[in-house]
Amino acid sequence: MKLANVLRAATAMSVITTCAAYAETLTIATVNNGDMIRMQGYTEDFTAKTGHEVEWVTLEENVLRQRVTTDITTKGGAFDIMTIGMYETPIWGANGWLVPLDDLSAEYDVDDILPAMRAGLSHEGTLFAAPFYGESSMIMYRTDLMEAAGLEMPDAPTWQFIREAAAAMTDRDNEINGICLRGKAGWGEGGAFITVTGNSFGARWFDEDWNAQFDQPEWAEALNFYVGMMEESGPPGYATNGFNENLSLFQQGKCGMWIDATVAASFVTNPDDSTVADKVGFALAPNSEGVDKKSNWLWAWALAIPAGTQKADAAKEFIEWATSKEYIELVAGNEGWANVPPGARTSLYENENYQSVPFAKMTLDSIQAADPTNPTVKPVPYVGIQFVAIPEFAGIATEVSQEFSAAYAGQQSVEEALEKAQAITNDAMEAAGYR
Amino acid sequence: MARAATSQRKVLNTALAWAVGFLIFFPILWTILTSFKTEAQAIASPPIFLNFDWTLENYAVVQERSNYMRFLWNSIIIAGGSTILGTIIAIPAAWSMAFVPSKRTKDILLWMLSTKMLPAVGVLYPIYLLFIKMGLLDSRAGLVIVLMLINLPIIVWMLYTYFREIPGEILEAARMDGATLKDEILYVLTPMAIPGIASTLLLNFILAWNEAFWTLNLTAANAAPLTAFIASYSSPEGLFYAKLSAASTMAIAPILILGWFSQKQLVRGLTFGAVK
Amino acid sequence: MATQHSRSAARLMMAPAVILLLGWMLVPLTMTLFFSFKKYLPLRGDSMANGLEWVGFDNYVRFVSSSSFWPSIQATLIIVGGVLAITIVLGVLLAILLDQPMWGQGIVRILVIAPFFVMPTVSALVWKNMFMDPVNGLLAHLWRAFGAEPVQWLSQASLPSLIMIVSWQWLPFATLILLTAIQSLDSEQLEAAEMDGAPVLKRFWFIVLPHLSRAITIVILIQTIFLLALFAEIFVTTGGAFGTKTLSYLIFQRVLESQNVGLGSAGGVYAIILANIVAIFLMRIVGKNLDA
Repeated sequence: MKLANVLRAATAMSVITTCAAYAETLTIATVNNGDMIRMQGYTEDFTAKTGHEVEWVTLEENVLRQRVTTDITTKGGAFDIMTIGMYETPIWGANGWLVPLDDLSAEYDVDDILPAMRAGLSHEGTLFAAPFYGESSMIMYRTDLMEAAGLEMPDAPTWQFIREAAAAMTDRDNEINGICLRGKAGWGEGGAFITVTGNSFGARWFDEDWNAQFDQPEWAEALNFYVGMMEESGPPGYATNGFNENLSLFQQGKCGMWIDATVAASFVTNPDDSTVADKVGFALAPNSEGVDKKSNWLWAWALAIPAGTQKADAAKEFIEWATSKEYIELVAGNEGWANVPPGARTSLYENENYQSVPFAKMTLDSIQAADPTNPTVKPVPYVGIQFVAIPEFAGIATEVSQEFSAAYAGQQSVEEALEKAQAITNDAMEAAGYR
Repeated sequence: MARAATSQRKVLNTALAWAVGFLIFFPILWTILTSFKTEAQAIASPPIFLNFDWTLENYAVVQERSNYMRFLWNSIIIAGGSTILGTIIAIPAAWSMAFVPSKRTKDILLWMLSTKMLPAVGVLYPIYLLFIKMGLLDSRAGLVIVLMLINLPIIVWMLYTYFREIPGEILEAARMDGATLKDEILYVLTPMAIPGIASTLLLNFILAWNEAFWTLNLTAANAAPLTAFIASYSSPEGLFYAKLSAASTMAIAPILILGWFSQKQLVRGLTFGAVK
Repeated sequence: MATQHSRSAARLMMAPAVILLLGWMLVPLTMTLFFSFKKYLPLRGDSMANGLEWVGFDNYVRFVSSSSFWPSIQATLIIVGGVLAITIVLGVLLAILLDQPMWGQGIVRILVIAPFFVMPTVSALVWKNMFMDPVNGLLAHLWRAFGAEPVQWLSQASLPSLIMIVSWQWLPFATLILLTAIQSLDSEQLEAAEMDGAPVLKRFWFIVLPHLSRAITIVILIQTIFLLALFAEIFVTTGGAFGTKTLSYLIFQRVLESQNVGLGSAGGVYAIILANIVAIFLMRIVGKNLDA
């Protein structure tokens, strides 16, 4: 009886291992961003090389987060690879929910991954997700409108200059808004943007004892500045605009400046989609005068393998393929260097072909200017620039950003929003046992 | 005189009704029109109504990105399966409520409806864990069961109200002739209640087709229906009105066409016993 | 008429449906109750396998004392009430209109019922982007054509916008049921009243409306069931911002966005209580109307 069981188990094991060497079908959850959609188009290349098939589950960002988080916390096993970000990776890795990526092949050259990205996707030195693309944030501006306004964009402008320039570029009759910024509720949307804006005004989410800091003058200054500038020069309804809405506005030529993710650079300079492709300049994200922190964030969309999948080996093969130098060359060969996934590998920025891409240098400079371990002027107990790397943050920041968005829409004052933010944050931190 | 007056009124009624009908239908029409525009024309100011260059490009892009037929097939199986299964379970229950009513019948009916008021999201974790345990995650069978349970109260109620309008004497006569309970339901009641059953099937097919919480959260790749298909188009990068419109049209077209063709049957039974 | 035999047969036939629904209600309900007394933070590594810490009524107290709780109840009632009011008033008017003699009645009916077939997600996406967008939306174009400043629908008039979108989806349903009811109205009675010189409003008030009361009850009952569970429309349009956070959306935030299953489950229990209050209330009016 016992022997039979052992035998059966042994057969089962051998079936599994033999299968692993042959073709598997991988289920991959990913976000519907342009670079991922492009990757889906190249799936055949992967299948031809390895024999593994791929099933894509492409979802909008919010739905994706909800889906993969439910699955990972319940060990559901619905996906073999998940697309997650710099916020989730260290937390999930620490919980032992992800397969460590510590045995990647030599050709993959893991040391080529940009140090900032590698650090952000590791927990205690172990890499848990490989960056598909990485980003910081920077200013994208219309060179023609800037010139018409008689101004010149410095390489590292201040918020005060930006506000002045935005007012000068605004032309309401022609539907040109001096500046487009995120206002949409959600921790990864407007929440991320106002957090980095806060950083650049000297504000912080928590003091060293995890007390919320929204009652401090820096936050009031940052939020009032943001609302004031957007009222002067922002587009109507900016309280509901996120990355995609602003991208669409900028491509239509309705924004003078836009401060957002560096990956947007390839979309706004692509003449197929953008009406202003040849009139875009780039600059480092601003800081308030006298504050030594810029408002640029650091983020990567990365591929990770949930612990417990039966197909970890095939999944690793896929990750090595999708985040490899060869994949970058494959895309470059077919669609040009401007369209490769940026911000993940050092070698890309050393490539001469890529150096001629107009936004390459500014992207790298922005990424290198971001320091997640030291994000604010005053000391903080957390890691992360546009987020706080604790599990509770997503929930808290979404609620806080909803209060801020209500203030942007004029439904409440900035002071009311800050008061509520303070209460929400302290309450949730208490519930989680920090205070 | 009177004739002229009524005919005048008819013209007025017609004009008003058509105007209102057009207004209500307009968002759908606009979506369909936009799906044939280029992205630039989709956001043109002032908006273009008909004189644009009709293109199928958006449909090609959407089809290239996602395997529409698989999503469609899953939707059909899940909505159809759950509706048919629910009806099979509901017919006997509705029969006994309608023809052998007791004091508690109405309470049971209203209790059944009240199970629909549980907030779905509150029980996502329990259900997800159960699905993992039973191996139903990302399976069409699992979704068929869940959607059947969600719609069962509505099915029972619709059938009950419909059965009640059938005179009990006919069933009794059949029983006198020696028909068993099974014969009575299968060969006497069911044929008489075809219109009611048809509209019950239709309404619940529509409800199951459009259910967007469970179908999204309990599937990955294999069982994902059209609600998941549309979730990958809700905020793409850059200009997207035309592509969104094409995806939307593809998601709603099958059910819209079905609904239009069968609207007579649907309407006939959609009374929930409201008409006495 | 009903013999002992047929009674037991009837019970047997009802059993599958009743047992299934009982299971569908009890299993999640028990688990929700269980979780609501526990500290269950999946992202902190809590899981059923590791055992969950008992926290008594902490979750219940915390859920209610949150600043979002009462506004969420208010938003829920405004949305449900608003949609019911709009669909019933417009539904009655539309049903009366469609009942009049006209050309192409069938086609008009097809046009009117079409929104009912549209997925909630799709309808929310289409309204949000193509109609209510303050820059590129069709309504913004319309406003500008008349020289007005475009309305920022989803941020500055969020609740009315949401009510409008949901009403658009449910108006066909109300109209159809009310139309069927109107068509069964005895036309002789109306004509007699017309002969007697009763004015239109009086005829409507004393003959048509009482005749429709049953149908209106049905519409209220069915729509309330679906509206209390409203989710996709809010998720897509405002994400719960601008005062559109309903009770079910608040539970979603607690369970999925904050990943606090215990707290969310306590919210779930409150939602069940609210649903039952509504259900008892509805049962009384429906019960009265459904008799006979």
